[in-house]
Amino acid sequence: MFDNLSNRFDGIFKSIRGKGRLTEADVDEVLKEIRTALLEADVNVSVVRNVVARIREGAIGIESSKALDPSQQVIKLVNQELTNILGGETLKITYASRPPTVVLMAGLQGSGKTTNSAKLAKWFKSQGRHPLLVGADLQRPAAVEQLRTLGRQIDVPVFSDPSDPVTTAVRGLAEAHRLGKDVLIVDTAGRLSIDDEMMAQIRQISDQITPNYTFLVIDAMTGQDAVSVAEAFHSTLQIDGVILSKLDGDARGGAALSVKEVIGRPIAFASTGEKLDAFEQFHPDRMAGRILGMGDMLTLIEQAEQAFEKDAAEEAAAKLLDGDFTLDDFLEQMQSLKKMGPLGGLMGMMPGMPKELKNAKIGDDELKPVEAIIRSMTKEERRKPEIINGSRRQRIATGSGRSIAEVNRLVKQFGEMQKMMKRMGGMTTGKKGKRKMSSMAGLGGLGAAGLPGQGGGFGDGLGGGAPGGGFPGFPPSR
Amino acid sequence: MNTQSLLLILLVVTVVFGLGVVVLNRRSSGGAGVKPVISEPVVVETPVVKAEVVEAPEVETPVVEVPVVEAPVPPKSRWGKTALSLAGVFGGVRARGGITNETWDDLEEALLKADVGIGVTDELLNSLRGRVKAKEITTPDELLLALQREMTSRLEGADRELNFAQLDEGRINVWLFVGVNGVGKTTTIGKVSAQQAQLGRSLVLAAGDTFRAAAAEQLGTWAERSGAELVRGAEGGDPSSVIFDGIQRAAAKGFDLVLGDTAGRLQNKSNLMDELRKVRRIADREPGQVTEVLLVIDATTGQNGLSQAREFTDAAGVTGVVLTKLDGSAKGGIVFAIETEMGIPIKLVGLGETIGDLVAFDPDEYVSALFIG
Repeated sequence: MFDNLSNRFDGIFKSIRGKGRLTEADVDEVLKEIRTALLEADVNVSVVRNVVARIREGAIGIESSKALDPSQQVIKLVNQELTNILGGETLKITYASRPPTVVLMAGLQGSGKTTNSAKLAKWFKSQGRHPLLVGADLQRPAAVEQLRTLGRQIDVPVFSDPSDPVTTAVRGLAEAHRLGKDVLIVDTAGRLSIDDEMMAQIRQISDQITPNYTFLVIDAMTGQDAVSVAEAFHSTLQIDGVILSKLDGDARGGAALSVKEVIGRPIAFASTGEKLDAFEQFHPDRMAGRILGMGDMLTLIEQAEQAFEKDAAEEAAAKLLDGDFTLDDFLEQMQSLKKMGPLGGLMGMMPGMPKELKNAKIGDDELKPVEAIIRSMTKEERRKPEIINGSRRQRIATGSGRSIAEVNRLVKQFGEMQKMMKRMGGMTTGKKGKRKMSSMAGLGGLGAAGLPGQGGGFGDGLGGGAPGGGFPGFPPSR
Repeated sequence: MNTQSLLLILLVVTVVFGLGVVVLNRRSSGGAGVKPVISEPVVVETPVVKAEVVEAPEVETPVVEVPVVEAPVPPKSRWGKTALSLAGVFGGVRARGGITNETWDDLEEALLKADVGIGVTDELLNSLRGRVKAKEITTPDELLLALQREMTSRLEGADRELNFAQLDEGRINVWLFVGVNGVGKTTTIGKVSAQQAQLGRSLVLAAGDTFRAAAAEQLGTWAERSGAELVRGAEGGDPSSVIFDGIQRAAAKGFDLVLGDTAGRLQNKSNLMDELRKVRRIADREPGQVTEVLLVIDATTGQNGLSQAREFTDAAGVTGVVLTKLDGSAKGGIVFAIETEMGIPIKLVGLGETIGDLVAFDPDEYVSALFIG
């Protein structure tokens, strides 16, 4: 299901490699894969049709250049197209000249309005504003109670009034004036877009409080229906922006693309976790890669930067390229890796991860035996695993409670990895003696397999680096 | 050297190597004769994702007496209120004189729009293409009817009864409700509770959602409405213990059934899924016995629904699905993939806000509702 798009392309491009130019038939086949990938990501059928048509125009006549093979070029094209749709104008919040700035939250039941109202309030606070929350969801039992609890957690006052939603909203506005609050966020009840009565009600709220911003909260897991929901709310309320909730799940979030394309309003914020500060402004470029199932490199790197200690990591990586990476170093990096959260999540974000590993469903506990084996080795053995002979092997196996065969496999694999890294390191140092170049080339392969064109202000190597380096373990996308 | 690139290399090597070993070990312990596919920790050769060449079995045209085209059965009362109909698209199919390329495009679009998913859609349409080719189906009406039949038959034969088991003396039926955030678990429990109370069963509602603010209050409102007893714990407390308390309370008072609410969780959060495993384990302890684990899925959910079904089944042993919010504009087509790929029956559907709007899933009525109009 989460087939990496570039992996899919591999099969196609293998057959046409060396042709130099994509024929129309080749393009058709490639477009079919793109279409499937988009549909699996829940992008709306009609939107898929338009997107694919636009990509076709760009794809026909792509020539295989020296720098990028056709596969990489197509991926780049697709990525650009999606980023264009998702990005474009971003929402800049401008505050009302006569406060408060009024924000109205709308959406289906369970999309996450209440939680995101609180998250938004927290965000406004972080921008130096003083928000007031209004609980106008009088429908769901205890919804106001939920908002009050959240309000306490973020230290934002909550107003509600058990009259009716419209009155509550209006009184909330008066309350904001009275308290001198400069931002007012009105949480409303979830409603079906086809429920005329409820839609009329939120329209009435909107008419009464004339919001500066009306946000539609959409669940990242939403399927094809996202479009009709967005259209209905937009025609009733004039949506200014979308808040994409539950983006920390494993849904590919094609709904974001559909909604943006259909109502033409930006995705303003994304909710990325259960904690109230897991809320950020939306990054269109990351979303494009995610929809295509190509991993989310930037988030991965951000997380890595938080988890790994910079100096130690740099040192370890340098060792790695020189072939001096020991099992001790591995153990140490493993500990940092664990801080980055469940392995499954990491795997999902890694582009070009071998399918074998991706599908293996490896729980965090399963690395424990590996750790146990390494920990049962002496310092010297960890440094030079090649000295491990029969009796040492026996001791390590007994010490770790694993079988001799397992010990063997680990040692053998490690040896092979070292060889590989050495070769890569050597290859690169050989080239004008610049290690920098080399590591970049390596990553170039990785980047190309992942998200070309994403480089931007990032490590240049992450962009469309020279193919051919190809990070070991990561098939270059050809 | 660029730190970010370095970090990435390191990260990747650590993961690939560490996991490579695990995979290898698993494989070699997994069974004799399984050739390790990853022979090196770092795979240089691209694992080509080859489309598996499945020998397409000769499309055996089952001897189906194509009956005289009959009008689709009008769905009964509640289903009639829904906006499930794909009539807009199917109308275009009917209007055409024959079966053309556009016909297939339209059908595909209709199914995809209903969130049936590209996989199931291809399967459905390919089998129909075979029958059209064999001249077994010749008119658009026949084609639509055949599609309707095919879709219905995919959902037939499952046991959709809620399992209230006759247990050994002293054991109590425990039904757990699981799912991602915001699908309507608590509301569903409230409605199930009211319905079970109407059947004369005495209930305890255990507020195992200790995470979401005021979730227990919400459940409490439902407990009052249905005359059930509410057992709750501290906010942020251990959900397993709340549910166990609920079971003990029910046992002490000789109640019939415990409905256990759980916090919404995204299925890729392994710590939360582990918590759910524990809830299930504890709930199965005497005097409790878990006889139903209902996965609540929102009808607006797209292809991620399948991932939900897979992960929640893995963690908690899902026995049935409740499809909520089918009264909106979403069609809930993911149920086809869930039933056929996971073999988990859809047991209940939510067709509205009132207690009576949570009804038994009826494949016939559901599929008819898609085709009506």
